[in-house]
Amino acid sequence: MKREKKKNFRELLLQGNEAIVEGALRAGCRFFAGYPITPATEISEQLSTRLPKIGGTFIQMEDEIGSIAAVIGASLAGAKSMTATSGPGFSLMQENLGFAIMAEVPCVIVNAMRGGPSTGLPTSPSQSDVMQARWGTHGDHPIIALCPSTVRECYDITIKAFNLSEKFRNPVIILVDEVVAHMREKITFYDDEEIDIFNRVKPSMPPEWYIPYEDTPSGIPPMANFGEGYRYHVTGLTHDIRGFPTSRPDEIDPFIRRLFRKISQHFSEIQFGEFFETDDADISIIAYGCVARSAKRAAIDARARGVKVGVLKLNTLWPFMRTAVEKVLNTSKIVIVPEMNMGQISREVKRVNKGPTKIFTINKVDGTIITPEEILARIKEVG
Amino acid sequence: MAEVTKLIHKYLRHDKKFPHVWCPGCGIGIMLGALIRAIDKCGFTKDEIVLVSGIGCTGRLPVYVDFNTLHTTHGRALAFATGVKLANPKLKVIVVMGDGDAVAIGGNHFIHAARRNIDLTAIILNNSIYGMTGGQYSPTTPYGMKTTTSSFFHIEQAFNISELAVTAGAPFVGRGTVYHARLLDSLMEKAFLKKGFAVVEVISHCHTQFGKLNKMGTAVEMMEWQRDHAVTVEKAAQMKEEELKDKFRIGILIDKELPVYLDEYEKIRTGSSGSGDRRP
Ligand SMILES: Cc1ncc(C[n+]2csc(CCOP(=O)(O)OP(=O)(O)O)c2C)c(N)n1
Ligand code: SF4
Ligand SMILES: [Mg+2]
Repeated sequence: MKREKKKNFRELLLQGNEAIVEGALRAGCRFFAGYPITPATEISEQLSTRLPKIGGTFIQMEDEIGSIAAVIGASLAGAKSMTATSGPGFSLMQENLGFAIMAEVPCVIVNAMRGGPSTGLPTSPSQSDVMQARWGTHGDHPIIALCPSTVRECYDITIKAFNLSEKFRNPVIILVDEVVAHMREKITFYDDEEIDIFNRVKPSMPPEWYIPYEDTPSGIPPMANFGEGYRYHVTGLTHDIRGFPTSRPDEIDPFIRRLFRKISQHFSEIQFGEFFETDDADISIIAYGCVARSAKRAAIDARARGVKVGVLKLNTLWPFMRTAVEKVLNTSKIVIVPEMNMGQISREVKRVNKGPTKIFTINKVDGTIITPEEILARIKEVG
Repeated sequence: MAEVTKLIHKYLRHDKKFPHVWCPGCGIGIMLGALIRAIDKCGFTKDEIVLVSGIGCTGRLPVYVDFNTLHTTHGRALAFATGVKLANPKLKVIVVMGDGDAVAIGGNHFIHAARRNIDLTAIILNNSIYGMTGGQYSPTTPYGMKTTTSSFFHIEQAFNISELAVTAGAPFVGRGTVYHARLLDSLMEKAFLKKGFAVVEVISHCHTQFGKLNKMGTAVEMMEWQRDHAVTVEKAAQMKEEELKDKFRIGILIDKELPVYLDEYEKIRTGSSGSGDRRP
């Protein structure tokens, strides 16, 4: 390859968590607050040495409630900010996650999923926080959750997470399972790689004209950082367009609807995944995270035996990729949803299935991964 | 124009829907006055101030003033403020909290902020009760008092917020009351100018809940109670323990120098090693 001759690339053997660190730094992350927890700790450890060298700040807070609070505060002061945790810590973050949604503060939260409930399985993989990511914080709210299944995707998705959070002024959750977080793969960075970095849109009007929560065609108001001359009020109370608490129904309703609209109007920018040989597939597997890897292997092996199997890999878990899922539901006779939980995404697939397609699940909750053989066995059983 | 009117015009938000949420006679307004006077005296610009609060009657304070204002979740104001300050050290970050906010739900953040010594000012309005939710006992409700959740009598011992702050390592701790308004002005001013974590505990009254349940009279009578039970640090030093039994000290309880977090962090950034004693 021409590129390789010039040696304008770096090849690294990275862990998923390390690729998340690289992605965060590439995206412009300059503040990290966290509390140690397996299997996310490597992210804290690495950022504690990397951030100060580039003028950023790392702090280990007293708990995860404080970590996400500090992250939101830092973002309001203008820094792209992130925290990383696992199930128990993610539960502690829920109240302030809602604050970030309500006050429209960009931030990125990594949840390296381990087995639960409670302390559960600290060192074993799981995918059981999918619904917590969607509905964990109280109140009706929109959320964005992304899920990588390779080390390269850990890097790309972290950059994307920052971009989406900056663009939509909403927290973005990265749901990485323990397998992908700890797995090592070769990842190549090219010097001339074009990577889009999005920074929050700041107000262009003079401060007297700035209405911090004003509706716009995109549904996303420009965001002023603290200290830049636009003094305004930020609150977790339901507020009017100026940011002041309100209890007027005619102000509450358009505000809540705008929060939803700013995400639903832009599904095409947020949702992405991969159709792998689904066009002619009789059986499609819908999978995400480490399970998507096993699913692909199973599909290849099944095709070698003459069974037409395809895979829809979901990289965006929330908002749910309805259109992509409907596409395979329309073309496949059978859909299998293997998950390392009791059926969180399969429930969504069943919800959007309006035709005769049969949906089967594989639910593994013993702290081990779903293997290609297990998926193949299920294909045989139902096919 | 009267001096006070000038300050009102300069610092209160004119586009904010008044009236405010507080009961007539509440001490929070007096604390707000002291806060504004001290900020004005220190000469900070409105753009550089970030006023952060938690949830409660006290937590409602920032919305009325024309700074960068951040009304967070119950108990978490100091953690939010930590992020604000670390991300932009040029900002002057002031945190106002109620007693429940600061030392019940937010107690862990409070002691760690004191220990960490980030350049923040924490102002705690201590009215010995949960005002906003209707008068339940707080960690500073004294033994024997009545609240809506201790209607017989309160059987727990109270936190002494200022002493807690001193023990947790805060380099500056002052206590005042809303009766001693001038002292409050000067404590706040000193706290704002202190480099490091500075605490001002403001003893106040909630006459509509705590006062009513414990038959302590009107707001004015409760302020007279403050007058009669507060003893300056200087005077207390001359008094016997017996005489101080039902009194509390006001003034500066501690003012010492400690390495400030961001100065130390800068050493990490620039690669120069820390100067501190590394023994455990
Ligand atoms: C997580 C959470 N728990 C409970 C509440 C309800 N709540 C609101 S204010 C408050 C207590 C306020 O008391 P304090 O902090 O002393 O402030 P004050 O109203 O007395 O000024 C409580 C319990 C809440 N808002 N959030
Ligand atoms: S309830 Fe008590 S603390 Fe709250 S505003 Fe009224 S008097 Fe003040
Ligand atoms: Mg109180």
